[in-house]
Amino acid sequence: MTLSEAASAAVSRRGRHLAALAVVLAAVAGPVLPAAAAGPAATVTIANFTFEPAVLDVAVGTTVTWTNGDDIPHTVVETGKTFKSKPLDTDDSFSHTFESAGEFAYFCSLHPHMTGKVVVHAAD
Amino acid sequence: MRDDDAPRPDADGIDRRGFLECMTWAGTGLLWSVAGGLPQAALMSSAAAATPAAKPFTFLQISDSHVGFSKPANPDALGTLKEAVARIKALPEKPAFVIHTGDISHLSRDEEFDDAEKLIQEAGLPVFYVPGEHDLLDEEPGKSYLRRFGGKARGAGWYSFDFGGVHYVGLVNVVNLQAGGLGNLGAEQLEWLAKDVAGLSSETPIVVFAHIPLWTVYPEWGWGTSDGAQALSMLRRFGSVTVLNGHIHQVMQKVEGNVAFHTARSTAFPQPAPGTAPSAGPMKVPAGELRKYLGIATVDFVRGDAPLAIVDRPLAG
Ligand SMILES: [Cu+2]
Repeated sequence: MTLSEAASAAVSRRGRHLAALAVVLAAVAGPVLPAAAAGPAATVTIANFTFEPAVLDVAVGTTVTWTNGDDIPHTVVETGKTFKSKPLDTDDSFSHTFESAGEFAYFCSLHPHMTGKVVVHAAD
Repeated sequence: MRDDDAPRPDADGIDRRGFLECMTWAGTGLLWSVAGGLPQAALMSSAAAATPAAKPFTFLQISDSHVGFSKPANPDALGTLKEAVARIKALPEKPAFVIHTGDISHLSRDEEFDDAEKLIQEAGLPVFYVPGEHDLLDEEPGKSYLRRFGGKARGAGWYSFDFGGVHYVGLVNVVNLQAGGLGNLGAEQLEWLAKDVAGLSSETPIVVFAHIPLWTVYPEWGWGTSDGAQALSMLRRFGSVTVLNGHIHQVMQKVEGNVAFHTARSTAFPQPAPGTAPSAGPMKVPAGELRKYLGIATVDFVRGDAPLAIVDRPLAG
């Protein structure tokens, strides 16, 4: 690699970093709304090692957001593994948009006695 | 058949025959020593007086250090772990090794593992770890834990070793947990356990340690292991079995036939007694009282058939 090739490689690396940074900045600068905010939204609160509501009924296309209010991490893992959160520390959230009708049972993989269900019905 | 490649405290006069002399809580650690393979408890001081001619040895259990935890229940989990290590170093009798029964870290972060490991190493003793569920939160669950603490362990991190005539088995019951269930060992590990103890004489004292209690403490809070009874049935023929667990951050004990169950306190934060709160989780206690809940219990094993007794000795107060 010549010096100029090395320099241009460095520039293109920096360019990628800048592009990535721009994406991040755009996301931060935009309104603080989930990406799928256009569709219906629902929330599940995690408190005292319980998903509340334990059974949530939503229409297809709904984005459900789980937020951990406990001082201990939890996860949201669909039993069939169609979706799975990272460990959610205190006040962390996880969102999933339900694109098809059906029943989705989930649990906390750290505390498996914590279970919940999202029932997704066809949009009216 | 035991695996002779299994990890064990190297050096320090380990042999494959000997006697558990007595066991004692000290600091936030549970200090065990053994004599004659049958447990009896007494206060540390009286145990020293009653020690038989056979040279005793002790080992120590610490648990649930949750390094990285910084919530109101204990804003400085690393600080209280440091206090526990200071207690270990200050013990009049140096333990042969340390067992850590999991939740070393709070979120499996590298810096949490680093901080914990560095601090615990300051005790200057061999340390045997098993993971808690908080130690398997990395991208590829358990990769970081096994790289650091796995040694020659099998599967998700289970292994056995021998010291002073006692056979120690470290089990992992925090992987592949199923919805609605409890802690879980799994078929592969149970199969390994059966083989591991198959060649042992029934007179060999057994110490089993794992993160979540192997006995059912409180299933409503997930405090138990779904297939723990299967593991215990493999140990029924042994004259002395001691089961050491963590996870519930409080001392609980039960004796069932030849099996003595005991859970250790956390070095980080207390949890409520079963059913006394809406849920498990870090329990806030009045300012200045934390160390009472992180306290100490003393347990001794001596030769004879006197019953096991464990004496709680709070860190403070
Ligand atoms: Cu959980």
